[in-house]
Amino acid sequence: MAWVLIIATGVVFGLGAVLLVKAGNPGNYGFCAACHLRDIAGALGIHQVATLQYVRPEILGFVLGAFALAKTGGEFRPRGGSKPLVRFVLGALMVIGALVFLGCPLRGILRLAGGDLNGITGLAGFAFGVASGTVFLKGGFNLGRAHAYSGGTGRWAGYLAAAAALVLLVGVATHAAWLKFSAQGPGAQHAPMFFSLIAGLAAGGLAWRTRMCLSGGIRDFLLVRDTYLLKIYVVIFAAAVAGNLAFGTFKLGFAGQPLAHTAHLWNFLGLYLTGLAAVLAGGCPLRQLIMSGEGSTDAMFTVLGMLAGAGISHGLNAAASGAGVPVGGQIAVVAGIVVTAAIGLAFRETIAVAREA
Amino acid sequence: MEKTLDLRGLSCPIPLIRTRDALADAAAVTIIVDEPAPRENIIKFAKAQNYKVESTVAGGEATIVIRK
Repeated sequence: MAWVLIIATGVVFGLGAVLLVKAGNPGNYGFCAACHLRDIAGALGIHQVATLQYVRPEILGFVLGAFALAKTGGEFRPRGGSKPLVRFVLGALMVIGALVFLGCPLRGILRLAGGDLNGITGLAGFAFGVASGTVFLKGGFNLGRAHAYSGGTGRWAGYLAAAAALVLLVGVATHAAWLKFSAQGPGAQHAPMFFSLIAGLAAGGLAWRTRMCLSGGIRDFLLVRDTYLLKIYVVIFAAAVAGNLAFGTFKLGFAGQPLAHTAHLWNFLGLYLTGLAAVLAGGCPLRQLIMSGEGSTDAMFTVLGMLAGAGISHGLNAAASGAGVPVGGQIAVVAGIVVTAAIGLAFRETIAVAREA
Repeated sequence: MEKTLDLRGLSCPIPLIRTRDALADAAAVTIIVDEPAPRENIIKFAKAQNYKVESTVAGGEATIVIRK
């Protein structure tokens, strides 16, 4: 059973991403929890880059797929209250780092599978970021307990992320006037809506079932030598390589890759920041979307922080582009690492977990 | 020595770290968690270490008993 899930998840993410590109998404841009969210931020007017505005149905599918399965499986549980404001900041930092690399770690795997060798630098940075984050965890870092909302208005807060995804879905399906749609550039390149949605739903459902988390995979290996999630990444990579080779979209090298640059130091440090912040927030950008769908308001605040991070990144000219990383982005990454480390040191509240000796 | 850990509501992977640390100096550990991800992680970890694991789920909370 485990192997079926591993292979199904890997194929849906890996091959699905290639098919989404084939159907209209920009290169190596089938799935990305950071860039796609940045495009949603653009569609909502959180940033003003006219070429990066589209409510990506893949992201809505992640949230709704996780919500649907959690709800039917009896695992939907409204919960929260574990320092949502700090999580908001960590979410923003994750995306600021990811937009310097130009992708979340999932897109890092997909970029590498398209032959973009900058993926190696980025993923190495991510792995080091996760390793650094676990040092803070071992040092006692925690954001306190989340509590289940069993009654009252808090119970409904657990539905907010899924409800927002549904509203956005109606908006994108009806080409609503309250959303922005890019007329040109990457935001104008997208697969047909229903294909993106179905791919997102399938991927979201499987990510929910496998508890897939890009930082979690590395973290579990470092902490207890568990390789379950790492196996999924290998299958994602292999399926995407196979798809890219089959469609002729595999192009090996560092230069001239779609939505990518070759500033190695900043590719490394960008995802280093994402990895570090992800461990402190309890999950990578993808996992936060999934947990928000299954009722965690803490994860929902992290996702809201990710949207804000996209706004900050583009507002301060800190996001990279194919031309490279602006000075603002370099400053933002270094400052972001310092802030994340400060959070890692500051929140070491002692929690009594042992009930009896 | 036996220990009981209340790991409800803690973000991943703190429940796993606390479990591992507790098992370093206890022969048996009883764990209470309230989310599926840490429950599955802890059970997987304990089985990989060849510990005996019993798990019961009731009302969204899981009680896991691990014996070396």
